[in-house]
Amino acid sequence: MGAAGIGGGTVNLYSWLSQFFGDPDRRHGPDSIVHRVGEHLLFSGEALGWALLLAVPLGLLLGYTGKAAGLVTALSGAARALPTLGLVTLAVLLAGVGDTAVLVPLVALAAPVLLVAACEGVRSTDPDLRDAARGIGLTHRQVLWQVCIPWALPALLAGLRTAAVQVIATATVASYVGLGGLGSYVVGGLATRDFAQTIGGALLVVLLAVATQLLFALLIRYALPAGLRRARD
Amino acid sequence: MSRALTVAAVAAAAAMALTACSSSSNNPLGGSGGSGGSGRVTIGSANFPENVLLASIYSQALQAKGIKVDEKFNIGSREVLYGQIKDGSLAILPEYNGALLAYLDPKSTAATSDDVNAALAKELPGSLEILNSAPAEDKDSLTVSKAIADKDDLKSIADLAPFAGQFTIGGQPEFKSRREQQFKDVYGLDFKEWKPTADTTANAIKDGTLQVGDVFTTDPRIVSLGLVSLDDPKNVFGAQNVTPLVNKSKVNDTETGVLNAVSAKLDTAGLTALMKRVSVDKDDPSAVAKDWVKSNGLG
Amino acid sequence: MGDEPLVRWHWIGTHLGYLRDLLLDHAVISLLPVLFGLLMALPLGLLCVRFPRLYQPLAAVFNVIYALPALAVFVVLIPYTGLATQATVMTPLTCYALAVLLPTTVDGLRSVPEPVRQAATALGYGPWRRLAAVELPTAVPYLVAGLRVAAVSSISLASVGALVGRGGLGYLFMDGFQRTFPTPIVAGIVLVTALALVTDAVLLLARRLLAPWARRESVVGR
Repeated sequence: MGAAGIGGGTVNLYSWLSQFFGDPDRRHGPDSIVHRVGEHLLFSGEALGWALLLAVPLGLLLGYTGKAAGLVTALSGAARALPTLGLVTLAVLLAGVGDTAVLVPLVALAAPVLLVAACEGVRSTDPDLRDAARGIGLTHRQVLWQVCIPWALPALLAGLRTAAVQVIATATVASYVGLGGLGSYVVGGLATRDFAQTIGGALLVVLLAVATQLLFALLIRYALPAGLRRARD
Repeated sequence: MSRALTVAAVAAAAAMALTACSSSSNNPLGGSGGSGGSGRVTIGSANFPENVLLASIYSQALQAKGIKVDEKFNIGSREVLYGQIKDGSLAILPEYNGALLAYLDPKSTAATSDDVNAALAKELPGSLEILNSAPAEDKDSLTVSKAIADKDDLKSIADLAPFAGQFTIGGQPEFKSRREQQFKDVYGLDFKEWKPTADTTANAIKDGTLQVGDVFTTDPRIVSLGLVSLDDPKNVFGAQNVTPLVNKSKVNDTETGVLNAVSAKLDTAGLTALMKRVSVDKDDPSAVAKDWVKSNGLG
Repeated sequence: MGDEPLVRWHWIGTHLGYLRDLLLDHAVISLLPVLFGLLMALPLGLLCVRFPRLYQPLAAVFNVIYALPALAVFVVLIPYTGLATQATVMTPLTCYALAVLLPTTVDGLRSVPEPVRQAATALGYGPWRRLAAVELPTAVPYLVAGLRVAAVSSISLASVGALVGRGGLGYLFMDGFQRTFPTPIVAGIVLVTALALVTDAVLLLARRLLAPWARRESVVGR
């Protein structure tokens, strides 16, 4: 490739992007950026929601009781290795083209991360703090809600951030089976060798992922309970 | 910041250099074809089972004559593969003459096999040529569910005119950019939405996600899912004979002869039967191809 | 899908050699990039520790790279690295591995307590000897933690390479999908997961041998 190739690449990149963003199809209708971003966020959000619902309560409970923590780590390691492309294709064969086919693999991607974050977050609560809370007469339920969960919040938010970024980046694969989202640009561009579309789609995915990271960075900074922030400083 | 970028660029370049080194030493498939007449060819195929099967047939027939073959099957669409055969990374590609012509000259009106091949000979660059076409044809077809066909009394693509505005149409991701204008110009059809349903198109028609879809006429799912292929009286899809596309500098006369012998024996009924073995019985394309080559006296 | 069973055992029985070849190819294209990533993360990490101002921007760049959809990167690379070659798949995987390994390397190298560093210097250790005898061993638990994440995601991601013709076991997903044939997909999922688990176990064993003092299960969050 060499320097000429790279130089040509930057020129191309600019013309590709202006071609992609200048196309009227990008502004209106089902192939518009707004619509595709909406689809992408919708099924990413849906997947995260299900993963939260399934993994977090379980993780908090396991973390609090301290039981099976090793098992949780091992299982979620295995789950993390599940290939998304395989899950998407299998889900389409078994459940047909539709929401389920995208949701299953994305939930499988996000849930283990959240499970570990919740479990480890609660488990890492300062033991003295827990003892003190029990000592002043709080029930287990109260200790979990008033001490352990606030303590685990930063770990939980960090886990949620990782899961969200992974889900958003991976949701691209869903378009291989024709399920919309920003991957439509990537896959469509791939098939037609229309690099403007592929690059534009990829750029939008990256922007979305980076925006998500920033959002969570803000959340982690400002959403922590004041007492906890002071305790940690 | 610019220093960081430089470092990142250097790192990326190093990564490429490293991986490039490793690939030449570790990769038995890495070589991109030999020069013409070296007795070694690289065959590619597009990413759908029938094209893989056709490439396997070419491969098995050539191997039966002692020619060494590198197989790069199931990769992308024509748009990706065409560039690869043009620059010589691929030597042989199973093509469909009509589809190839539509790609090279979207305005071409040639519809019969002979017209299409004559037009192709003119359109192809000097480095490429098509060999003899097989009688076997696999056409794209606009396909609907039997329920919709009965309800709206649909027999040909022209019958879609009153409904196109409410119908969602699907196909391979490249289907829209290839055909949207043609459907507008030839049949006056302006569909409500185009979905890149790829290999799920037939299933999506069945479950109602699509009202119309582009399905290959040799797709066993047309029968198994109860779909109806609409006639194409104005020949938007034209002739689609299976035809080997080759890079002239990468194949010699022996190899050309083998491929022409394959084309002479391959017809639509035979291809559909082979496709049933691949798609329904789940036999390996290479095994099916080997059987066919043997039973046709080419092995 | 009709009456097609989830797994046709007969197909698996007759394709063992084929599955083994794909597994080996998969191991090479997914794990060599992790090794390259490590080889690059170490010098880069050292640079970042030496010049701390380098770290933030570099980490940001790799964060962006990490978010790039693999599929798009593969496609863009085809004209440079070739169709269906290992390089096309391994180049982006190397960058992803580096994106994971750089922060863990930096954390690991920074985890050496200052008194320990000074003690080593006082004992007459030069910078290189100190690196080999003190800093790298201290960083091992961090490095292994990073390697585990990088390896598992690399193994999972490599299958996407099948869409550009070189994805090891990922080919089974495309093939099964196109032919409405779940058996190869299930076989692929099982083998990819097994490869990841075995790799993970090997890394844990390596940590136990190289850093027997490190008992804590996870050092990094991700």
